Amino acid sequence: MSKTPFFRQPGTRSVMASVISILCGLGAGSLMILIVGLCTPSLGLKSVWDGIRLVIGGLFSTGRDAAGALTFGFNPTNIGNMLFRATPLVLTGLSVAVAFKTGLFNIGAPGQYLAGTCATLFIALSIPTTEMAIPGIEPTSIPPVVVWILAFAGGMLAGALWGAIPGLLKSLLNINEVLACIMTNWIAANLVTWAFDISNLKNLVEGTKTGYIYKTTINGVATSKMGLDKLFPGSQVNGGIIIAAVLAVIVYILLTRTTFGYQLKACGSNRFAARYAGIKDKRNIVLSMAIAGALAGAAGSLYYLSGNTEFFWSTYQQLPAAGFNGIPVALLAANHPVGVIFTGAFMSMLDICGLQLTNLTAYNEYITDVIIAVIVYLSAFSLLIKSLLASRKKKDEPAAKENPQPTLANDQEVKPE
Amino acid sequence: MSSVPEYVIEMLHITKEFPGIKANDDITLQLRKGEIHALLGENGAGKSTLMSVLFGLYQPEQGVIKKDGREVKINNPNDATALHIGMVHQHFKLIDVFTVLDNIILGAEDVGALGFLKKKEARRKVQELSERYGLKVDLDAKVEDITVGMQQRVEILKMLYRDNEVLIFDEPTAVLTPQEIDELMEIMRGLTREGKSILFITHKLNEIMAVSDRVTVLRKGRYIGTVNTSETTKAELSSMMVGRPVQLVVDKQLAQPGETVLEVENLCVPSKLYKRNAVNNVSFKARAGEILCIAGIDGNGQTDLVYAITGLEHPSSGKITLGNKNVTRLPIRQRSDAGMSHIPEDRHKHGLVLDFTLEQNMVLQRFDEGRFQKMGFIRFDEVRRYADMLIEQYDVRSGQGAETTVRSMSGGNQQKAIVAREIDRDKPLIIAVQPTRGLDVGAIEYIHSQLVAQRDAGKAVLLVSLELDEVMNLSDRILVMYEGEIVGEFDPKQITVEELGLYMAGAKRQEVAEQ
Repeated sequence: MSKTPFFRQPGTRSVMASVISILCGLGAGSLMILIVGLCTPSLGLKSVWDGIRLVIGGLFSTGRDAAGALTFGFNPTNIGNMLFRATPLVLTGLSVAVAFKTGLFNIGAPGQYLAGTCATLFIALSIPTTEMAIPGIEPTSIPPVVVWILAFAGGMLAGALWGAIPGLLKSLLNINEVLACIMTNWIAANLVTWAFDISNLKNLVEGTKTGYIYKTTINGVATSKMGLDKLFPGSQVNGGIIIAAVLAVIVYILLTRTTFGYQLKACGSNRFAARYAGIKDKRNIVLSMAIAGALAGAAGSLYYLSGNTEFFWSTYQQLPAAGFNGIPVALLAANHPVGVIFTGAFMSMLDICGLQLTNLTAYNEYITDVIIAVIVYLSAFSLLIKSLLASRKKKDEPAAKENPQPTLANDQEVKPE
Repeated sequence: MSSVPEYVIEMLHITKEFPGIKANDDITLQLRKGEIHALLGENGAGKSTLMSVLFGLYQPEQGVIKKDGREVKINNPNDATALHIGMVHQHFKLIDVFTVLDNIILGAEDVGALGFLKKKEARRKVQELSERYGLKVDLDAKVEDITVGMQQRVEILKMLYRDNEVLIFDEPTAVLTPQEIDELMEIMRGLTREGKSILFITHKLNEIMAVSDRVTVLRKGRYIGTVNTSETTKAELSSMMVGRPVQLVVDKQLAQPGETVLEVENLCVPSKLYKRNAVNNVSFKARAGEILCIAGIDGNGQTDLVYAITGLEHPSSGKITLGNKNVTRLPIRQRSDAGMSHIPEDRHKHGLVLDFTLEQNMVLQRFDEGRFQKMGFIRFDEVRRYADMLIEQYDVRSGQGAETTVRSMSGGNQQKAIVAREIDRDKPLIIAVQPTRGLDVGAIEYIHSQLVAQRDAGKAVLLVSLELDEVMNLSDRILVMYEGEIVGEFDPKQITVEELGLYMAGAKRQEVAEQ
């Protein structure tokens, strides 16, 4: 392995490309802050300076001191919240990355996310447990953790089934999966609203809220904190992020170590060769989409099983952003399943920074969204940066001739491309 | 500019380096006006690089290029085009979803008022060229739907359409029949009579002897020499090219056919393009210990026949028996387990996953055998050991051994890897479709000897080939396919190439009396 210098290894290049594109994104975001700050009378250069510091270091912001200056330091609440928000992003990113690895573009993560959400909430809310928190329903002997497991499994299964639909359409009828995914997204969005509309869950009362908004705390079904709340007190963090990370590692092992992953990747990189070798390409397309769907379903499931997230049943109005944000998360991680954990965390960190910017400066929250969007957008350029790095490498190489590859066979053809 | 210079193109002392390799080392090539100049060399000898330099795709580190005696700088293909240098590339540069006509005029479109294409005139010009040179193409078909042979003709028409003076043919005959090759040679001679100059890149000695005036030989990036074709022999050229004497004729014993391994009965396969059968009522038997060759012009149903036998396509009727097993309706995997290995026609499409490593490709069918996996987990050490064994045994050369991405390997070594994989699967039937397409003499010699060795080991070899040399050299029995039917069965010792060509072109037909 000593043949290739560290900086020329493809893995290093991927990471470098992602880091560079993140820096570009942060740079562009800072520029936006500068422009907006100079154009808005109520802001000034001082606000610009505050804004830039918050966008880059918002995670470590601890508010303002008595003199009104920004203070920074370890902020467990922010970090905990970042981890909490990262959970669905990591999983939808993973969903997109798995599909990419097998040659499919899963733009259907929002629909699969909704399918997972819906199944999870139905299971979690309709089984009474030992810890009923609302009047009118008698507690039973079912412990909440059993319901939690059922709900999570149901969410993944629903996501898998929903993901399998575009997979089936592609493998049987050769319908482009992107089209099918977009359609199934909106079908899911409307179906979920309809399902809640006709269900009895509408009559649930929690505190002062009735219907339309759901939360799993009514019967104590919530993801275990796994001790993370002690590490990051005051935040919404729970064990979901650990589950997401474990799933990412499982997916990584599946793709790189198993014959199943080998088949999926063979189909993804050359469907014809896979068919020639007797690999069932059609089955693998469906399976790959089902796995992607299960992961996106798990994203929705874990987000709403936290116990403190409210679900608004009017899903037909817009698709969940967590679904689409899986795409930049996967791109930024160059589709590496483990890399997705970090890029997902980065994306949710931006969210936190945006919140800090809105809370601590006079920047309008919508402008904050625009700035965050610019950063996300440029961050997803890592592929471009990677190819730039690769071409720079080519130019460098003739100069680095004292280190020729001795193994290059003499009949190796150098093809003009 | 008063006197007419002797050379239309001169490439003097060209040196081009790539990391770790000198692709061209002080090469000189002088093309006379109106001559056919062959450029001969094995894969990787530097022919393609030299042509890319001439075409402006690469800048040489040293050396000059002269056109009509004047030094010119060719920075990109546009410069080359402006100098009226045209090239038919070895790997076709066509847009799959465009029609043939659109591909031909692309980049040289005549545009009328308001920026609309003047397609009618273009069509007339192309039709005229295509008739004059006998280059039969369907102008309205999409490139993705036409055969490789027709794509080649489109490439040639493209060059003719641009009125080029210096024409570079990069291995143009790989997929043509003997008659078509003769026609092409005639076209080439006709072009030189009109004052055009031709650079003819090839490693086929017959064609060089037949058509060229002079030959320049390259080996491993170095210039070996330029000789007049009339003063040399095939043997001399091949030893110049390879650096050692080469066996041009396959050395093999008489076949000892055994029992039937594959039996095909009344097989019909529907065509994807037309409303008729691509394979029509074909029956034959392939026996152990013989090489049965299916000869024919590209696009006469050989591909579909092989697809139907291997399971890539479904026949509409007929029966395929492998050993004693009816495999007509079995999925691909079960057929190959039942006893066939397949060296596919298109090594990039079917044969290899180009972005996988060499070792991953070596176990493409066998990854789930107990030897290479345990509870669904790949046993990487076993895969590596197996791949290293094949690489060693079959002399597959690559940059980083088993870890090399296959895409970066040369065509010859990619093919060797496939041959190694398929032969080592050790099945009673080996189907080899154009196994030596685009390979150099050394690799061809090697693959031929491997196929003969397999025959002698008692395997049935079904060879599909478009190269008549290969057909005559290698086969023990020849079937000729024309328009989806078998039109004749021959003993290679009792038929001439010319007569075989007549059957392939459909001019003659045997009343086939099945055994």
